[in-house]
Amino acid sequence: MAKKKTTKKPSGKKRTKKSIEASRKSRDVKTAKALEGLAEGIVKSALSGREPKMDVPTRSAGNTKWNKSKGILQMGSAAQERQLFNMGQARKFMQTLLHGQGINKLIDQEKTLSLRGMYYSGLHTIQGTKEKTFNDQTESDGILEDLEVSIGALREELHVFAKKRGTMVGNITVIDSGDTIDCRKMGSGGYAIPSICEPDVIQFENVEADFVLHVEKDTVWQRFNEDKFWRTHNCILTEGSGQPPRGVRRMLHRLNKEHGLPIICLLDCDPWGHYIYSVIKQGSISLAFESERLAIPDAKFLGIRAKDYEACGLSDDVKIDLNDRDKTRAKQIAEYPWFADRKQWQKEIQTMLRNGFKMEVESLITKDISYVTETYVPERLAAEDWIS
Amino acid sequence: MAKKKSTSRANAESMASKQREISVSEFFAKNRHLLGFDNPRKALLTTIKEAVDNALDACEEAEILPDIEVKIEELEAPPSPTKPGRYKVTITDNGPGIVRRQVENIFGKLLYGSKFHRLKMSRGQQGIGISAAGMYGLMTTGKPMVIHTKPNKKKPAHHIELAMDTSKNQPEVSVDIETDDFPETSTGTGTMVAIELEARFQRGKTSVEAYLEQTAIANPHTKITFIPPDKASEDPTLEAGDEAKSEQGESEIVRTAEYADRIEYPRTINELPTETQEIKPHPYGVELGSFLGKLKTTEEKQLASFFKNEFCRVTPAVVKQITDAASTKGKTFSGQTWIKNIDSAAAEKIYKALQNTKLRSPPTDCLAPIGVRQMLAGMLKGVQAEFYTASTRNPAVYRGNPFQIEAAVAYGGDLPGDQPARVIRFANRVPLLYQQSACCAFKSVTDTSWRNYNMSQPRGGAPVGPIVIMIHMASVWVPFTSESKEAIADYDEIRKEMKLALQDCGRKLGQYIRRRQKMKREGERRDIFERYIGEISRACNALTGTDTQELYDALLKQAKRRTEIADAQLDEEGKFVKDEHGRLAKDEDVIIVKDGAIASENAPVDQQAEAKPAKRSSKKKVAKKKVVKKVRKKKATEKASLFEG
Repeated sequence: MAKKKTTKKPSGKKRTKKSIEASRKSRDVKTAKALEGLAEGIVKSALSGREPKMDVPTRSAGNTKWNKSKGILQMGSAAQERQLFNMGQARKFMQTLLHGQGINKLIDQEKTLSLRGMYYSGLHTIQGTKEKTFNDQTESDGILEDLEVSIGALREELHVFAKKRGTMVGNITVIDSGDTIDCRKMGSGGYAIPSICEPDVIQFENVEADFVLHVEKDTVWQRFNEDKFWRTHNCILTEGSGQPPRGVRRMLHRLNKEHGLPIICLLDCDPWGHYIYSVIKQGSISLAFESERLAIPDAKFLGIRAKDYEACGLSDDVKIDLNDRDKTRAKQIAEYPWFADRKQWQKEIQTMLRNGFKMEVESLITKDISYVTETYVPERLAAEDWIS
Repeated sequence: MAKKKSTSRANAESMASKQREISVSEFFAKNRHLLGFDNPRKALLTTIKEAVDNALDACEEAEILPDIEVKIEELEAPPSPTKPGRYKVTITDNGPGIVRRQVENIFGKLLYGSKFHRLKMSRGQQGIGISAAGMYGLMTTGKPMVIHTKPNKKKPAHHIELAMDTSKNQPEVSVDIETDDFPETSTGTGTMVAIELEARFQRGKTSVEAYLEQTAIANPHTKITFIPPDKASEDPTLEAGDEAKSEQGESEIVRTAEYADRIEYPRTINELPTETQEIKPHPYGVELGSFLGKLKTTEEKQLASFFKNEFCRVTPAVVKQITDAASTKGKTFSGQTWIKNIDSAAAEKIYKALQNTKLRSPPTDCLAPIGVRQMLAGMLKGVQAEFYTASTRNPAVYRGNPFQIEAAVAYGGDLPGDQPARVIRFANRVPLLYQQSACCAFKSVTDTSWRNYNMSQPRGGAPVGPIVIMIHMASVWVPFTSESKEAIADYDEIRKEMKLALQDCGRKLGQYIRRRQKMKREGERRDIFERYIGEISRACNALTGTDTQELYDALLKQAKRRTEIADAQLDEEGKFVKDEHGRLAKDEDVIIVKDGAIASENAPVDQQAEAKPAKRSSKKKVAKKKVVKKVRKKKATEKASLFEG
């Protein structure tokens, strides 16, 4: 099958490759220009004796707008000035330019680096002091996000990627950097979803699946893969190791947008699981500026539902008490504007709070090892018993 | 007495045989702790204190700038740490001397003196001091007091040895000769008192040294030379320390200096304190008993003249008010009422009326505060700090006694930063070394909320930090809590004034600390900016191709401009306040010291010119020590330079 495909592809691939290459080049030029523009502004102010500063759009809940008609979170227009001659900002100012320089180099050399790689690339001791340019990777990561929003380029466009997380398997073939990967033949490990899932890196072929089942974590995914659930139900099985990284979300988004596959989520019944769903569906606060490329407004939440304790006749043992933090978080989620007018969700969260406990997907194992793959999900799918 | 049941009952006769007069000296011989001779260490201090106080009072009254030498010789070292040794204390002054016929009275009689009967601001009050010291010496060693006094510079000095008969309160002179053997003094006159006593010599908080040091602070017009026992025998091993100290002496700040054979507290002000006027008692300070006594003893015939001559602030108009208020249907009084016709009931009525009448506060020309400039000079001499401020309150009144409170604060420099403030207390320029926590002055320190002035302060305690707080109370009658004059009684009026004076100093201090903190912050800011500018220039160069050095220079210029307030501090190692930026250093009640120098407007031109390049040579220690000083001419009488001497 794989052979067949490789023979099939070349023609189409070459065509795309060219256009892909061209689009990438033009994107690089655009990014480089934006970086230069940023530095240019600073140089100009400096030489004319004005205060060097840059605008960094604010990535906070306050500056996140809920676009009801599109069903996604978007970043507002609020921006913060970052000044060199300000005690609180000087260091960040320096770091932003340092990373700007680093990214410029990456674009020049046509290479990519991981977030951690970027941290090391910018890391050195400032001359004449004992101060390091970055104290840890967290600091560096934040600066990269700042840079993304301030020059309006995506992380991929900055040639930076995150540590990959998330796995995929199912009735689809993926072309990753020119290599053909048949996701039907990924053994027990699955295909690791790369951090950059842009069309110039990843293309899809033979998309036979009818839908995507996204599960919260690896352990559950293993269960489904071992039972070959994707084969029996003709679907794609993905997993995001908790809060899915950009790569996974971008992958789901593209499968949804480009191939019209419904995204169905199987997550834990707790505020954490609810929020994972929220991020998949509407986008996250910190990446609100990327929601257009990541959010999947018609994603569905299949379970675990708060009613399942009774509906599936689970034993008392699977209950995990909600602690105070869980309760606060649940109420907070219920109040998000994008949940506020969803009666189903309000009810779901209220039920969970009334129950006073949360449940993990694995709790279904108490019924039977394959209860989740053979009974729970098929039944719910058949009944279209989900909320959104 | 009722206990004596043994043989025969005591009758009035037998009891009478045991009843006899107790002489004052006998009483004090038994109760010597009342006078401050409770233990050998304190006895030494009290002896010196009484002698020095007397010398200073005498010099000032004779308008002589005092030169005082205090010498302690160890005759017998203490055999064990718990037992006293034997010392000889000699105090020499350049005062007016004492005429021969008064020597016995002054040194040999308790409760004899010029100070008790008048309301005048002076160090001693009761006149028990020096004679009690002599008595203590006599009791512990059997040696008489040796007095040399030279009241006339053209005549030889008197050498008198005098012991005191405690039972009679009478002095006994054993030697009385004329001698030419008298140390040379600046005035040609003077007095030298030597007392041998059992004592212990110690250094530390309540030592002779601390007392002299504090006396020097409160009396910057006095030069004190102190020869402690270890220096009395000229120890050559101290030679090295001598040199170190003398180097410090090069700086124009006159400070206490330690030499091989002596410690010298130099004179830093060549002005005597203003002479104070004697005042008559203010009626509010007079109790009924003494009022009755005055009525009895007065030579005046009528009420009006009685009030006029025995009290202050009772004008004829007030007399009328008083007599009207005291008059009843049956008995009326007026200014013409004859004193002899006033019985005690009537006197009480008049007394009450007097207390209820509104009177003007007593005159205040009886007070001689140390003065802001003098306190600063004194603190500068005795305390090595970087910031000094002082404040003198206006006179106020407690129980009819006028008083005036002054405070000074020294901060920073070499003072220990992790200890509670050192509080030095003075009453009429006399240091109070004992019973700190019972003293109103100390209470006012703990009462003041120093946190408002950026100092840390534990609840109910003195502030913690590199700070010395000085409080001085000047009054015609300082209310001590005991005869040994160790703590000031806690009158509300006094405490209030003390707090106000401290707050005055505190505000200045807070301003200084805040400014210093700001400079430190600005300095840190610039540091940070400078640190990042290099990185930024290189990054911008990589992105735009702009010349790195050009960009660096431009940014550095901006960084300097934006943090220029820090310049003074960066240049001067964060200790010196640049005058252009701070009103503070221009105030006359503030001195800021850096590298042994003071800031000044009045400094000679060449010195300022010198100062500028020094400032620019950033962060390097200014080699040459300068003295600069700022005085804003608030009062015309105040002269410009602190160190005109």
